[in-house]
Amino acid sequence: MSLNKQMTTTEVVAQLQDGMTIGVGGWGPRRKPMALIREILRSDLKDLTIVGYGGMDMGMLCAAGKVKKLIYGFVSLDFIPLEPFFRKAREAGSIEALELDEGMLHWGLRAAGYRLPFLPMRAGLGTAFMHNNPEIKTINSPYEDGETLLAMPAIKLDVALLQVHKADQLGNVRVYSPDPFFDEWFARAADKTYVLAEEVSERLNTDETDAKANLFERSLVSGVVEQRGGAHPTSHVPGYGWDAAHIKRYCQAAADEGGWQAYVDEFLGATEADYQNAVGGLDAITSLPRQVF
Amino acid sequence: MSDFTLSELLICACADVWKDDGEVLATGIGIIPRIAQGLAKLTHSPELMITDGEAYLTETPVEIGAKSHEGRSYGGYMPYSRVFDALWHGRRHALVGPVQVDRWGQANISCIGDFDKPKRQMLGLRGFPGNSINHANSMFVPNHSTRVFVEGEVDVVCSVGYKDKNWQPGVRRDFASVERIVTNLCVMDFGGPEHAMRVISLHPGVSFDDVQASTSFPLILAEDCAETPHPSAEQLALIRKLDPRDVRARQIKDNPPGIRA
Repeated sequence: MSLNKQMTTTEVVAQLQDGMTIGVGGWGPRRKPMALIREILRSDLKDLTIVGYGGMDMGMLCAAGKVKKLIYGFVSLDFIPLEPFFRKAREAGSIEALELDEGMLHWGLRAAGYRLPFLPMRAGLGTAFMHNNPEIKTINSPYEDGETLLAMPAIKLDVALLQVHKADQLGNVRVYSPDPFFDEWFARAADKTYVLAEEVSERLNTDETDAKANLFERSLVSGVVEQRGGAHPTSHVPGYGWDAAHIKRYCQAAADEGGWQAYVDEFLGATEADYQNAVGGLDAITSLPRQVF
Repeated sequence: MSDFTLSELLICACADVWKDDGEVLATGIGIIPRIAQGLAKLTHSPELMITDGEAYLTETPVEIGAKSHEGRSYGGYMPYSRVFDALWHGRRHALVGPVQVDRWGQANISCIGDFDKPKRQMLGLRGFPGNSINHANSMFVPNHSTRVFVEGEVDVVCSVGYKDKNWQPGVRRDFASVERIVTNLCVMDFGGPEHAMRVISLHPGVSFDDVQASTSFPLILAEDCAETPHPSAEQLALIRKLDPRDVRARQIKDNPPGIRA
C-alpha cells in the first residue's frame, strides 16, 4: 500500500475554509491538538463554528476573532474554572452559542457518526435548554410507553482535529491516555479528521494489547501530522502535564488591555518551532509533570 | 468532640447524603464533597464506587492534594464515556456545587443574566441536565445566602427540580430526585408539602431564623429538626488521613470552628 497521509500543520490548515464547522477533541485543558489551533491562529480563516469540550482552544480562537459560533458542553481550564477569553466573548455577545449538556454533545456527534438525523435522550428536558434553543424538538416514543424524549440532532462536522500519541502514515493511531474522552465520535461525525501525533512512523505493527489503543480506524483519518509537544500548554498523558504557569500567564492576558495581542506577539511566532522556543523549548514541554488529581 | 472545624462538620454532613444508596457511583465535585465521598466509603457505605478523580475506580479513596500517583491501585475503569453510560443507567448520586438554587431545587452554573448576552458567563451546562433527570443529586453550598438561594427561578435552569410548569407532558420524572442540600448553615431536603424545601438539621450555633434570613424564599422547619451531628473521633481521624495537607482548611473563609460562637 502506498498510502501516505502524512502532512504538515500548514497543509492541514490549507484544507480548512471560512465558515467550516470544526470539532476539536480532548477535554478542557487535556489533550488538545494545540499546534493545529495555533496554525489556525496564524491563518486568515474566519467565521468558524467550533465544537467540543472546550478549553483554551475555544478561548484562543474567540480571542483571535475566528469564531462565529461555539457548540460546547463547557469551556473550562479545570484548575481555573472559567476560561477568560470565552467569558469575554460571551459577555460581549460577540459569538453565537449552542450550550449543551456534556452527554448531549456526545450524543449529537454519535448521531452524526451513525448518519442518523437525531438520537433520543432525556438530558435537557425540563431545563432552560429547551427555552434557549426552540429549534431543538422533542419526540414521542412510538411504543406503548409513549414517553416524551428530546430528539438530539446530529452534530455534523466538516473537520475534526484530534491529538494522539502515535500515528502511522496509513492513519492508524494510538491513544494511551487515561481517558480517551469522546475523540472517536468527533472522528466519526466529521467528513475529514486530521490527527496531531507526538510521533509518526511509516507503519505501526504492534501486539494485541498495544493495538487496543487504536481509538478509531484509519479509514476515518485524512491526515496525520508529527509534532512532538504539540498539545502544549494542555496535557498529553502519558507524556507531559499541562503547563499551569503558562496557562495562568494566558489567563492574565485576558485581564490586560491589549493582552491577547501581547500574548500572540510574545509566544505564537511564525512556526511551531518559534512557539516552542518562546515557551522554554521542547525539553521543558516534555518534562512538565503529570497532574495528580 | 467539640474541637472540629466547620469544614470537618460539613464533610461529615456531605458524607451522609450517600447513606443507604447501595452500589452507586458517588461523585463529589469540589474539595469538601470529594473528601466526603471518601469518608462515606470508609464508614457507613463501603459499597459505593468512587474514582481517583481522573478515569479509574478505586476501593481506596485517594489522598487530596497528593503529589504523585505512587501507591495507588485500581479496581475498575471509569472514563467519561462510561460515566455517561452509568449515569444514564441511573446508578449514580452526585454532590454538586451550584451557583444559584431556587425553591424548586433547580440549579444554575451556566451564566448570570440573560443567556444570549450574559452579565457573567460561568461554566456552561456541564452535566447538570443529564445528571438531574437520570439520577439522585445533592448539592453543597459553602456560602448560604440570598444570592445563592434566589427569589423566583434561577437565571438558567441547568438541572431539573420540582417545578411542574417546566415538565412537559410525557416526560419521565421518576428518575429525578433532588436529595439534600448541605450548606455552611444547615442541611435541607425537599420533604415539605409539594416538595417544599425544609431544614432538617441546623449546624451548631445556627438558628432557623439565621437560615431563613439568608434565603430568598420561605423555608419549612422539619418537625424533627435537630443539631447537625458533630464529627466523631473516628470520622476526624479518617478526614485527616484523606486530607493530610489540610486542604479543607482553605475551603471556607477564615476556616471557622464547627461550633459557631
